[in-house]
Amino acid sequence: MPKVTYIEFEGKEHSINLPLGFSIMEGAIQNSIKGIDADCGGSCACATCHVYVDENWVKKLPEIQESERDMLDFVTELKNNSRLSCQITMTDQLDGIIVRLPKKQG
Amino acid sequence: MTIKTDAVVIGAGPVGLFSVFELGILNLDCHIIDNLDKIGGQCIELYPDKPIYDIPGLPNCTGKSLIDNLLEQIKPFKKQFHLNQRVNTIKKINKLWQVITSDNKIFETPNIIIAGGVGSFEPRKPEVKDINKFEGKGFYYSVKDKAQFTDEIVAIFGGGDSALDWAVELSTIAKKIYLIHRRDNFKGSPHTLNKVKEISKTNKIEIKTFYQLKELRGKDKLENIEIQHDNGKIEQLDINSVIAFFGLKMELGPIADWSLNLEEKSIVVNTHNFQTNHEGIFAIGDICTYPGKLKLILSGFHEGALAAKECFIRARPNENFVFQYTTSSTKIQKILGVK
Repeated sequence: MPKVTYIEFEGKEHSINLPLGFSIMEGAIQNSIKGIDADCGGSCACATCHVYVDENWVKKLPEIQESERDMLDFVTELKNNSRLSCQITMTDQLDGIIVRLPKKQG
Repeated sequence: MTIKTDAVVIGAGPVGLFSVFELGILNLDCHIIDNLDKIGGQCIELYPDKPIYDIPGLPNCTGKSLIDNLLEQIKPFKKQFHLNQRVNTIKKINKLWQVITSDNKIFETPNIIIAGGVGSFEPRKPEVKDINKFEGKGFYYSVKDKAQFTDEIVAIFGGGDSALDWAVELSTIAKKIYLIHRRDNFKGSPHTLNKVKEISKTNKIEIKTFYQLKELRGKDKLENIEIQHDNGKIEQLDINSVIAFFGLKMELGPIADWSLNLEEKSIVVNTHNFQTNHEGIFAIGDICTYPGKLKLILSGFHEGALAAKECFIRARPNENFVFQYTTSSTKIQKILGVK
């Protein structure tokens, strides 16, 4: 099963195995990793599952869809590697991906 | 004036609406309060067109069609909606609860059903200094009375429908409108977008893209703002008002102050009648939690039915609760208006 590493804002690391087809947001919620709220439950409608994707992995991600870009407008501290984790679905290519969590969501 | 009612339902989403049905077939009336300006909660605000596949007996529906059907289902019952306001305070008076909304509507009821989802939708605030100082004094998140912007220079932030609509609307009365957006991609109806572009030729609307709000300045009232382009360039604008459309965010809000037992952002309930630690206050749907809780619309429907039963016992202490089926009860069928 592919691995995801979440690094909390304060630096605490969590590595989990996430089955293919699940989103990085779901992996955080199901493993009670703090720092991802996911208020809307994965509808790409709230921007509270914002993560910074490790630079080495940014290019391996599928292109940002318009709906995600619209929601990213609302995150605090937008960076070039900002993504909504509900829109990143686990694939074999993403095995080992690292995401960093922002100071606050929304 | 105090409104007396059998139950106050907080939240007009699918679960709140179905609790109106369950209260209704027990012949209880209710008032429903919601902070949004429309009925339907997340189903309407967040995903009106998104398909839902796990509503029992409905293989496929959308957020909007589910809400339309629920509204149809509660048509026969005595209920009233109070939108655009949130419940600010609750207070126990003898055995009843007093509920006061942000519009100062006062209710008195034995039962409060909180069906608030992830909390109330509140405008998202930008991260700038002194924002609290200027809120209501030149800095706004919505337009309540458009006449106040007459002859003003107004900066509208945002790239969605609200920003575009108000830019067009206010351009007829304001001195000048700045329409400021973080990107150059506006999301709104093509018709409105064309109109904005048309008006911008006259300079009545000035479109500024790739800019973000950096600073607010003014003595007692907002007078000047600083915006920054993506390339780092900073610009000052003399304005009278800012209207910021940065979307909505969900917050638990005043509910957090009602001394309810909370776990994270959810309200702890028992699974017998979904009552909270306060007698007469129930929590159902996504906002409640208990061992094994699943945040599904269908769970909320079940929770509403059981809460309604307890509401009946509290609202009609001198009557016996009789469990009945809609298929066979002539009493229920009479209430539904089908007999």
